[in-house]
Amino acid sequence: MTAAADAMTVTPQDAQKYEEKEFGFWLYLMSDAIIFACLFATYLVMVGNAAGGPTGKDVFSLERAAAETALLLFSSTTFGVAAVALSQADRPKVLLWLAVTFALGAGFIVLEFGEFAGMIAEGAGPDRSGFLSAFFTLVGTHGLHVSVGLLWILVMMGQVLFKGLTAPVASRVMRLGLFWHFLDIIWVVIFSVVYLPGLL
Amino acid sequence: MYVMVALVMLMRGFIDAAMMRSQQAIAYNNEGYLPPGHFDQIFSSHGTIMIFFMAMPFLSGLINLIMPQQIGSRDVAFPFMNSISLWLTTAGAGLVLISLVIGKFSTAGWTGYPPYSGSQYTPGVGVDYWLWAVLISGIGSTMSGINFLVTIVKCRAPGMTMFRLPLFTWTVFVTSILMIFAFPALTVACGALMLDRTLGFHFFTNEAGGNMMNYINLFWLWGHPEVYILILPAFGVFSEVVAVFSQKRLFGYISLVLATMAIGILSFTVWLHRFFTMGSSARVNSFFGTMTTIIAVPTGVKVFDWLLTMYRGRIIFKPPMLYTLGFLVTFVIGGLSGVLLALPPIDYLMHNTTFLIAHFHNMIIPGVLFGYLAGYMFWFPKAFGFKLNEWWGAASFWCWIIGFYLAFMPLYVLGLLGMPRRMEHYEIAAWQPHLIVAAIGAFIIFLGIVCLGVQLAVSIRDRNKALDLTGDPWNGRSLEWATSSPAAPYNFAVVPQVQSIDAWWDMKARGVAYQRPAEYEDIAIPKNTFIGAVIGGAGFVFGFAMVWYIWWLAILCLAVIFVAIVIRASDDDTDYVMPASEVKKIEDARFAQLAKAPKNEMADDPGFAGQPMPEPST
Repeated sequence: MTAAADAMTVTPQDAQKYEEKEFGFWLYLMSDAIIFACLFATYLVMVGNAAGGPTGKDVFSLERAAAETALLLFSSTTFGVAAVALSQADRPKVLLWLAVTFALGAGFIVLEFGEFAGMIAEGAGPDRSGFLSAFFTLVGTHGLHVSVGLLWILVMMGQVLFKGLTAPVASRVMRLGLFWHFLDIIWVVIFSVVYLPGLL
Repeated sequence: MYVMVALVMLMRGFIDAAMMRSQQAIAYNNEGYLPPGHFDQIFSSHGTIMIFFMAMPFLSGLINLIMPQQIGSRDVAFPFMNSISLWLTTAGAGLVLISLVIGKFSTAGWTGYPPYSGSQYTPGVGVDYWLWAVLISGIGSTMSGINFLVTIVKCRAPGMTMFRLPLFTWTVFVTSILMIFAFPALTVACGALMLDRTLGFHFFTNEAGGNMMNYINLFWLWGHPEVYILILPAFGVFSEVVAVFSQKRLFGYISLVLATMAIGILSFTVWLHRFFTMGSSARVNSFFGTMTTIIAVPTGVKVFDWLLTMYRGRIIFKPPMLYTLGFLVTFVIGGLSGVLLALPPIDYLMHNTTFLIAHFHNMIIPGVLFGYLAGYMFWFPKAFGFKLNEWWGAASFWCWIIGFYLAFMPLYVLGLLGMPRRMEHYEIAAWQPHLIVAAIGAFIIFLGIVCLGVQLAVSIRDRNKALDLTGDPWNGRSLEWATSSPAAPYNFAVVPQVQSIDAWWDMKARGVAYQRPAEYEDIAIPKNTFIGAVIGGAGFVFGFAMVWYIWWLAILCLAVIFVAIVIRASDDDTDYVMPASEVKKIEDARFAQLAKAPKNEMADDPGFAGQPMPEPST
């Protein structure tokens, strides 16, 4: 056992505390899932309301959506590697894979930002029709979550760097992981509900 | 602190109600004294305040105080998150209040239906104030729900199995689940309306493919569970009060728990009864009509359980018990009118009349408000260490109940006569006598509120005569009466071992109550922190900035919140340890006080039925 691993051993009281936090975080995720469920329902209600404006076929690009999907799915994998490194208490590896995850996530945000900017420039902004309002809100809410996740990754990298892999830091990284994988799942649903039916 | 916010907002909400009633009493064939726009602001703020900023904080306050003690826990699971919730709720209430001074409040009713609430028909800041107040406090409520649920699931004392939980805790459990799963729908509905208004989206507009009915669905997908979020804890209070003051074990514990769960689940299947007249097909309407009637069944089960608890009990008529009795009678009337409204054909006749107003006030005032007031008088000694004056408590009850009948029964008649809600003046002479009676009723309710104020003042003045020395002023049954009044910062010096339902009664009966442990242990207690207040303050300023479209200020506030969270998240040392010697000092003082106190504070009461005895096992 290394010294870093010693820092990660926890007393039963602390273990109870982390368990409470993890359970609470799961509840938050479920609550967030309801938000997305409502947004999906809204999107499905409004997908036909293009009001004479562009429809999904006109504005979506399969290549771009596929690239976004690939980036996000890979970032989930790399986060998994970071979590494995965490369980081995290997600090440099944790930092490395968190950084890779951050880069992939940032790439996703850049692509999505480009997509939104392009659509708005073409006059297909959210104020064009009910369909586009629902699209921008659903996908934008997901993007906002990913951006918060990116900030969180940065904060956690800072904590790993300055505090080391202590038990509280490790438990936070694990919760960050839950959040990140959750966003991945939401994206898979977005891809299947928004992009594929819109294009096919 | 929650309860203080709630009482302030109760005053404000009541003043609004009084203005509405008096306006309608005199506004036959003339304009009355309020211009229409002002009248609209008043009914909007009355609804918003009473639901979001009176009932919700009152609820959270009671839960925070009592629930951890009932399950034998030292605190809620996340004390820091708790403080954020409180400050965000306060921020929302602050936004409603500041709209009195700067700008104006919403005129769109407490539900803010589009397209009226869209920027096309209602420009200006009123609706934005409403939206941001609701959004910010809604986040606080979601966090409270998570906090309470984790506490109940993870922090129970050893031996406190789920089916030994006191009923109030059970209702909190179900309410928390409802909060976690219902509030997101409100966030989405209000968020989308906000995007419509602020950035020109088309969720709910008339043109460009908006769909306003979607808002109404989303809003009530939250709104109907919200009714049960409010009322279930009140049912919990009644369950505790009725058992303690009947001096008998609660009848049908399991059936009450199951009824609570059933109400929780069914509450998600009834939202459409709010708008049968929207134009859904007959099949959809009949589904929701049926579900709505079904939800009356578990509620009926509860009423019978309470009645049977009192049957053959030795009832002591203290103020909390009076409120409970008033609730039982009045609530049944409200429930019956609810079953009538649940039938779509009848609803088509009664839709948006004062019959509806009478119905839901008939549910909310006895169901929710009486429950909270009963809880307030029941648990006040636990929070402050002295009892509330009983004479003034009873007086407030009689004013409330008489005023209630006078104020709302005429509205049933008026509804049948066809009077729509939210009328600011009218031309039908037959309505006026009823409205005058209703206004008199509102005045008597006002006397009830005055009595509450006097009760508090008198009780504080005479507090030394009504000190609660034992921590168990009513000969209670559940664990919150095992602690001192007010409870020590750690609630329990030694975490209790639970062996039965009604854990504290059981401990008293077995003679193991008030036992002094051989030695004390160090106890970790959360440090005070101002970060919760900083986040709430920034949330308030953020809401204000968004109402007035001051973008730089909004961004600044978000940055402040972010920095505050990062600072907090980097702090691994949030507890301080109270050494065993200090715990011993506090506990010794408590035992010295106990030695001076009578063995049972209720023993002098003429209705006293004897010391706790072991119950026959069931």
